[in-house]
Formats: sequence, C-alpha cells, structure tokens
Amino acid sequence: MRRISLGAAAFVAACTRGEPARAPIDSATGAMTTATTFASYDAGAAAGGPGVGRRYEFGHTPTRAEVAAWNTDVGPDGRELPPGRGTVAQGAALYQAKCAMCHNRNGEGMSPVYPALIGRDPKAEGFHFASDPRLVKTIGNYWPYATTVFDYVRRAMPYNAPGSLSNDQVYALTAFLLAANRVIPSDATLDAKVLRTVKMPYAGRFVPDDRHGGPEVR
Amino acid sequence: MSRPPDELPSLTRRGLLAGAAGVVGGALVGSLPPMVGAQLAPGAPPRPQAPADPTKLPGGATTAVGSRSPFETPARTPIGETTGNSLTPLQNLTGTVTPADLHFERHHAGVPTIDPERHRLMVHGLVDRPTTFSLDDIRRFPQVTRTHFIECSGNGRAAYREPKPDLTPQKASGLTANTEWTGVPLATLFREVGVRRGATWFLAEGADACRMTRSVPVAKGWDDALVVWAQNGEPLRPEQGYPLRLLLPGWEGNINVKWLRRLELGTHPWMTRWETSKYTDPLPNGTARMFSMELDAKSVITSPAYPEVLEAKGWRPITGLAWSGRGRVTKVEVSTDAGDTWHQADLLGPSQPKAHVRFQYMWNWSGGEACLLSRATDETGYVQPTRRQLLDVRGIGTDFHFNPIVGWRVQSDGRVEFDGET
Repeated sequence: MRRISLGAAAFVAACTRGEPARAPIDSATGAMTTATTFASYDAGAAAGGPGVGRRYEFGHTPTRAEVAAWNTDVGPDGRELPPGRGTVAQGAALYQAKCAMCHNRNGEGMSPVYPALIGRDPKAEGFHFASDPRLVKTIGNYWPYATTVFDYVRRAMPYNAPGSLSNDQVYALTAFLLAANRVIPSDATLDAKVLRTVKMPYAGRFVPDDRHGGPEVR
Repeated sequence: MSRPPDELPSLTRRGLLAGAAGVVGGALVGSLPPMVGAQLAPGAPPRPQAPADPTKLPGGATTAVGSRSPFETPARTPIGETTGNSLTPLQNLTGTVTPADLHFERHHAGVPTIDPERHRLMVHGLVDRPTTFSLDDIRRFPQVTRTHFIECSGNGRAAYREPKPDLTPQKASGLTANTEWTGVPLATLFREVGVRRGATWFLAEGADACRMTRSVPVAKGWDDALVVWAQNGEPLRPEQGYPLRLLLPGWEGNINVKWLRRLELGTHPWMTRWETSKYTDPLPNGTARMFSMELDAKSVITSPAYPEVLEAKGWRPITGLAWSGRGRVTKVEVSTDAGDTWHQADLLGPSQPKAHVRFQYMWNWSGGEACLLSRATDETGYVQPTRRQLLDVRGIGTDFHFNPIVGWRVQSDGRVEFDGET
C-alpha cells in the first residue's frame, strides 16, 4: 500500500495539472492548432463562448439518493464499506449455488472465459508469474487488496444476475473466497471493520509504472 | 467451419475468377447479359454473381444504407461469448482509419443496449458542483474532433508467447484500431463542475453489466482526455460505448471506459479489479507494474503477410501501421533480411500524436527467401524492441503490453509466414 501510494503521488506530481502547455485554439483566429493538450481550453477558448472563467451551466444537481444509488465503490482503505456481515460457511454455500457453475466447484475456473479464483499451488507462490505463463493467478496468490473482492462481487457478480446480492451475501462470499485462499481463518466472520484490516499476501509486490519513453526498454 | 475468404491463397481465388469469367462469358455471347459466378474449389465459400460485362446493363438502385461490395468480406473474429474479444482484420484495411464496424471488440459483460434519452453522465466527488448531464447537455458543449488509436493492452499476447507461422496480422496484432473521435474535452467538463485542487484521481464507470471501473489520474483529464459520442462521423457503435465513452489518448484500451455514466473525483486510486487482478504486468524481479497505461511504440507489417502467396517477382510495397501512446511516430524502418540492415520507410500522410500512421517501403522481390520486419521510433526517442529484449526485461509470462518487432518470412515459392522470434 505504501509503495503504491508513494508511486501514485509521484506519478501525479510528475504531470502538469491545469497548467496550459499550449492552447488548442488560436485565440486570435479561433483556428484549431495541432496542440495535444486541453489544459487551457476553458470557456473563453471557444469562438462565441461565454468567456474566460464562465460556465455553460448545463445539467442538473443530482440528489444525494441518486449519487448513492450509483456510487457503490469501495477503495483500498475500505472507508466506504457498508453495514452487514457474513461468515465463511455462509459464503461456501452461496458459492456453490451462485458461482460454481462458471468458476468451477473448487474455484479453479473454466479456461479461457471464466477465471480461477481460488488456489495456493506451491509452484505459483513467490510471484514468479513473469517466468512461467502456466502459473495460474488467483485471489490468494496475486490480488493486492481484499476490498477489491468485495467491490467487484457487489458490482458485477453473479455474471447472470449482477447487483442481485445483498450486502450480507457479498460479505459472506468475500469471506469464503479469502478463507479458501488461506488469507483469513476458515471460521472468520467478515464485516466492514474486519475487512479493512485484511492484508493480502502479495500486496507489497505491486509497483508503479517506471516506463517514461526514451531510448531505454523497460 | 469453412475458412473465411481472406485466408484463401490469393493465387487460387484470382485464378479461378479469371478462368471462369473467360469461359462462361464467351459461351453466352448473344443471349441475355450473363451473370458470372466462379467455379468453386471444394470447401470454398460461394463467390458472388457479377455480370460478364458491367457496361452492358444498368446497375443497381440507390439504397438507404450502403454496403460493401459482395467481393469484399472483411470480418472480425467473434468467439460467441459475451466476455472476450473480436479482432480487427488489419490485413483488409488501407490508410489509417478503421471502419467502425471493424473496430476490435473487448467486453467484460457483453454489449449493453442503452436508450440515449435515458442515459446520464454523473460527475461528483471532489467538485464544487456535482452535476448530472444528459446526452443533449454533453453535445451542447464546444466539440472537438481528434484521431486516435485504441489498443487493448493484451494485443499481441499469442504472438509474443507462442509465435506460430500461421498467425495473420489480425490474429497477431488485431486488438488495435484507429478512429476519428468527436466529443467534449474532459477539461471542459472539469471546469464546468469545478474540480477541486485536492482531487488527484478520478474513477470512470460504465453502464454495462459489470459497471466497468478504472481509476485515472486527474492530470490526464486536464491534458488530452475526451468524452466522445461520435466515431468516424456518426454516433458511436454499441460495441464502442454508445452513447458515451471516455477516451484517454495513447492509454491501454480497457481504461477508455465505454458506456460512460459516472466520474467520481477523489484523492486515491480505487484499486478496481481491472487495475489489480487484470492489466498489471508481472516482471522477472518478482514485482508487478500497475497503472502502466501508456502504450509503447509499435508497428506491424500488414502486407505482405500470411496467408498471402507472392505470385510474381518484382516490385511491391511493404506496408503496415505504426503507433505510439506517447506521441507521434517519427520514423519507421523496414528490414528485408531479418534485421541485418534497416531502411527508412515513407510515412503516408502526417503522423498524428497517439494515432496510427501507415508506412510503406517499396521492395523488389528477387524470388529468394526473405524476412520482412518493421520497427517504429516515437518522438521520445523510444525504439520498438526485439522480442528478445522484451523477454529480458518482462519475461515470457508477463501478461500485457506486448510490442516486439514482428514480421514475415517469405519462402522462395512465395509463401509468407509469421515470424515473431526477433
């Protein structure tokens, strides 16, 4: 987490934010130039527009309920996790009922369409994926954040009925998937408080992009 | 399943057509204007009918929507699944613009059917004025038109992992397409809603069944990002995000979120499934790169290419496409001897930033064996590497972002085969 946070901050700092590099519209003639950035392209840049610093005033303000209906994101600190709870045992039953038809009985997936979810094959431990494409990535041996499991299951699963699971069911499935991957104990109960504390085995292996163009191949 | 027509050796097809036209047309002189269909090789798809002499009878009527000549049947490669990909037939294309109906597809939960009158784009989070825009609202902003490629970061995986002689340009590199997009700069929307200074990342969400989400640095939004609604002069195709799509020029395909319905401004990446478990790059040192969005410079020769068979010695163009996610392609070089010597190719038309450019190098085939390769250089000075160079820094098991030099081995009998072992 720390490595990524630092990397992300550096990445953002490296980019210019809101600073005009070149105007895409020639202010004298209104003609488009070949500039590649819109950083200075404000309401004063378009011919006939409302002028610098003004707005077009389109759209309407969404209600709190409208935002809440769509904003189900759960980030890596788990701050947005909803109320609810579920056990590994509840999740195991749910998995067989709602997930196993695609992801297989033991979470081994059905290649090539339905990915593996579960597995701690000793050969695939140690994060040597770059040296062997046959190593299968799973939640336990690859995913860096447990919150991603909750967010994705709630967002997109089950594939044939996305959005149909209650928060309790999502907690239970997340608990089962983490336990089956030997990340949390098999008798665990998961709620917001517990899920925020779960550390994934290989979270520290993820690093920011260090490619920047130029002659070096990375 | 029979082989698609573009994979038949051209020698066979042309020979059949020419032979049939001569015989049948001659036999029917004096009767009704004849229609000619070629005799078919066993297993070949039926040839369309055509008059022996099109100057001797009126042609067809005007139509509401045009269609391709029945003799031209370019096709993507659907696999019949709602999650998966379908590749652009690069070998059938000319110039740089990809026809909208041949733009590659990659979906994670199928192609949604969206009523544009009910579609909304909500922008919220660290903004002064949370706002929901209708499609009409979006279209009333000053619009811009830009040409950019979109390339899936998985493009070229098969050719990198297992270079086989029967790969076509489509199968080796068909997860890229180049389009004239029209939309509103994201910077305009950012100003409209008043993005706050503390915002460093935003989340983009689609309206498909997986509610696709990716985290994007706000700096990209201020720079050259667009929210687009049109593709090559008409509304986006459903497979490309109708009615609204995020376009982040030069960045990997997945982050150009289709069916865009929500932008949330915040202070950290959300670590969604698609930026953690997918679209990260394991490296030989036991780490994995994440947020590796910029696409490195790349090129591919689209002709000659498998399954073409060169029928005659002599001059022909070696032509293909080159692109870079970091700006303009400044140079494309072609080798006909497996990389021992390189020759500068012509760039056909202006090289636009983060867009495909077509290259051409005239080649006089003497009838011997040859190995045709291309390599691109972009404005940062980056030179497209060999597969060996990439293997050294990324490993055979790395999962995304494949841009090795690839090419085609020409046999002395004219057969052309893929060669990815550079």
